[in-house]
Amino acid sequence: MSNSIKIRAGLVLCCLVLALVSLGPTLFGNSLPDWWRKAFDPIHLGLDLQGGMHLVLGVDVDKAVESRLDTIVDQTEELLREQDVIFKRVDRSSGERVVVTVYDEEAGAQVDTFMAETFPNLEAMTFTADGAYLQKNYRLSDSEIEAVQDYAVRQALETLRNRVDQFGVSEPTLQREAGNRILIQLPGVKDPQRAIDLLGKTARLEFKMVMENANPQDAITGNLPQGGQLIYERRVDPRTGATSEIPIVVETKTILTGDLLSNAQVRIDTRFNDPYVAIDFNSVGAKRFDQITAANVGKRMAIVLDDTVYSAPVIRERISGGSAQISGSFTEQEATDLAIVLRAGSLPAPVKIMENRTVGPSLGQDSINQGIMSILIGSVLVILAMLIYYRLSGLVANIVLILNIFFIMAMLSIFGATLTLPGLAGIVLTVGMAVDANVLIFERIREELRLGRTARAALEAGFEKAKLTIIDANITTLIAALVLFQFGTGPVKGFAVTLSIGILSSLFTAVIVSRLIFDYFLSRSKTTRLSI
Amino acid sequence: MQIIKHDININFVGKRKIALIVSAVMILVGLASLVVNGGPNYGIDFVGGTLVQVKFTENTDAAKIKDGLASLDLGSVVVQRFGDDPNEFLIRVQESGEGKDLSGLISGSLESVYGEGKVDIRRVEMVGPQVGMDLRQKGLLSISYAMVGILFYIAWRFELRYAVGAIIALLHDVLITLGAFSITGREIDLPIIAAFLAIIGYSLNDTIIVYDRIRENYGKHQKLGFGEVVNRSINETLSRTILTSGTTLLVVLALFIFGGGVIHNFAFAMLVGILVGTYSSIFVASPLLILWQDMRSGKQKKTTTAEGRA
Repeated sequence: MSNSIKIRAGLVLCCLVLALVSLGPTLFGNSLPDWWRKAFDPIHLGLDLQGGMHLVLGVDVDKAVESRLDTIVDQTEELLREQDVIFKRVDRSSGERVVVTVYDEEAGAQVDTFMAETFPNLEAMTFTADGAYLQKNYRLSDSEIEAVQDYAVRQALETLRNRVDQFGVSEPTLQREAGNRILIQLPGVKDPQRAIDLLGKTARLEFKMVMENANPQDAITGNLPQGGQLIYERRVDPRTGATSEIPIVVETKTILTGDLLSNAQVRIDTRFNDPYVAIDFNSVGAKRFDQITAANVGKRMAIVLDDTVYSAPVIRERISGGSAQISGSFTEQEATDLAIVLRAGSLPAPVKIMENRTVGPSLGQDSINQGIMSILIGSVLVILAMLIYYRLSGLVANIVLILNIFFIMAMLSIFGATLTLPGLAGIVLTVGMAVDANVLIFERIREELRLGRTARAALEAGFEKAKLTIIDANITTLIAALVLFQFGTGPVKGFAVTLSIGILSSLFTAVIVSRLIFDYFLSRSKTTRLSI
Repeated sequence: MQIIKHDININFVGKRKIALIVSAVMILVGLASLVVNGGPNYGIDFVGGTLVQVKFTENTDAAKIKDGLASLDLGSVVVQRFGDDPNEFLIRVQESGEGKDLSGLISGSLESVYGEGKVDIRRVEMVGPQVGMDLRQKGLLSISYAMVGILFYIAWRFELRYAVGAIIALLHDVLITLGAFSITGREIDLPIIAAFLAIIGYSLNDTIIVYDRIRENYGKHQKLGFGEVVNRSINETLSRTILTSGTTLLVVLALFIFGGGVIHNFAFAMLVGILVGTYSSIFVASPLLILWQDMRSGKQKKTTTAEGRA
């Protein structure tokens, strides 16, 4: 045996051992020692095979900018008042602007200085006169808008991660995508409905005072009192489970928000066995809650979550401990989820589900079975065809083919790639196409034999001449596969991955491994004939 | 064993006029169907919408399911049988219902008709219109990028005329497959874009192998006319072409038959693509080279005669 054969055999053997070791955890699972399982993960199955949820949430960043402007409006109002600047009103207006309306030039100048000092990020714009008044416009700079939007998405990602963590899914993926989107993948999620409810909620908790003197029925017809807002209280009949909505008028001004919470827990009311959510404020929140309750004893305070009133209890006495409870007609599940979202914090802006792909576990298993079935049947057919057509040489091609599938799986495991249903299709396709390299070589060898060459010379020439053709033909497919990888999402990416890996692997097995097998047998035996 | 005799010599090049007509007819029929159907039949991946795959534990039919959903007022609802199981259905709704949870409503409404636990929601796909538009754009871009990348590679490894011939053959394959989708009323989804790219890769593989042989023979047989060289090259690689297409068809057929409903259209695309791709590398890509050659030598003749007169 020549040295060249030994070196190549060594190389192939190394690859084989590496493949075996890396595939161990996939094939034998838990029966292997710990260090082994730690070193190589079993092949990751995509959501379409193991079941699970793929969500793309769009963050409504415009809302985040709006609420930032609202905060500026509130602060401006308060601070101007403190500094005794006389002004008519402060509003948010379209085009990301804050408008301060004043009575005269003098006040206008005061406002200008004040705004420049307090909010350096706002660009002062021209005066506009509105009758007897002066309107001073201040616009959020583009870079500031961008910063607010970016912050909103980052904050949303953080909040969603907290929620997912508490939801209890193994190996979730959350990542930011272009266009203010967030991709969430929840493998093996049992209750997709609940996941959507949990993730989609803004969970903006607000406390607002109820306007007792306003008539909700009037409000429905559009007759709202100044500074009032019409929202609905959700009630569930405990016996029938039917929900009803009761109109209620509250003050627009929010007196306390959920940002000041330190904890939220589910408790059970011992009297009626009703679950409720107990909340604790942090020190700032507790102090403010104490002041508010002291000032409003006997009045009703609405607990509002995402513009729905959960309850509107009467404040019986001053509450100084910093804890309160949200009762509504909850099921235990609802109460648990409410506690989760309150703990995880609210989203800085509402999110909307832009894409949802959910595969149930039963379909995933079916897909795996059908995929494996196709690979098996396809492989057997190809193996038979090659054996009949090329006899012993066909056997070499078949050994190489099986090795090829083996290598593809191993590479998937080593690179931590994800196997999806189109990915399985990619493997099936590779099986068909991988023999192509061998077919090309064998046809060349046959041609060379017909020219009267010896077995060895024909082999040499066949491999050499076919090699470039094979590489050229495969690289173009590789280009298509790489483009696909760039573009692809989820399952499609899986196809690109197995196709690319398949091409590389079949190049290696056809050009190196099958050559090696031929060389080895020709060097061992004295035959001058090839079975081809 | 041999299917194709090694000294076979079929006059493929001589039949290129017939091939041209066959190709033209296939493309035109496909295009006509596309025009009649108002463009490609995009699935929810590209236009947005909601798709729910449901399996029932009891016998039912599409009409009953539609009735069960009537109260939801979802606009146009399409219910069709899916896969091999007679009680498995696909429900398609045009609305994507961003914000509200359509799949939840659908499953709730079906459970109230069929009873709890009788309805197994196997798959839900909801794509909003924005995402759909993005995906469609990306899909078209990716196919274009792949073509341009391939054009450059072949132009670099061979010559420009080979690259142009290959790309035209690819367009030919993709158009015919697209037409086949339109005629059979199948939807174009994200995996189908993957299938198209795979077809591009496969068909090219085939074309390059013939081209490679043409290039080799062109250098070897200077005395033969170009048409002769092309024909000889096709014949020499014919055995390989048939065998490889055969094995690939076998596996894709296995995928088509046993791969299950989710992958069915993908396998169909591959099936058509491989057949057309094999045909096109023999009857389209190679004759195009001759056409190019004829046009160039025609031009040359004109210039030489012009020079002669001057």
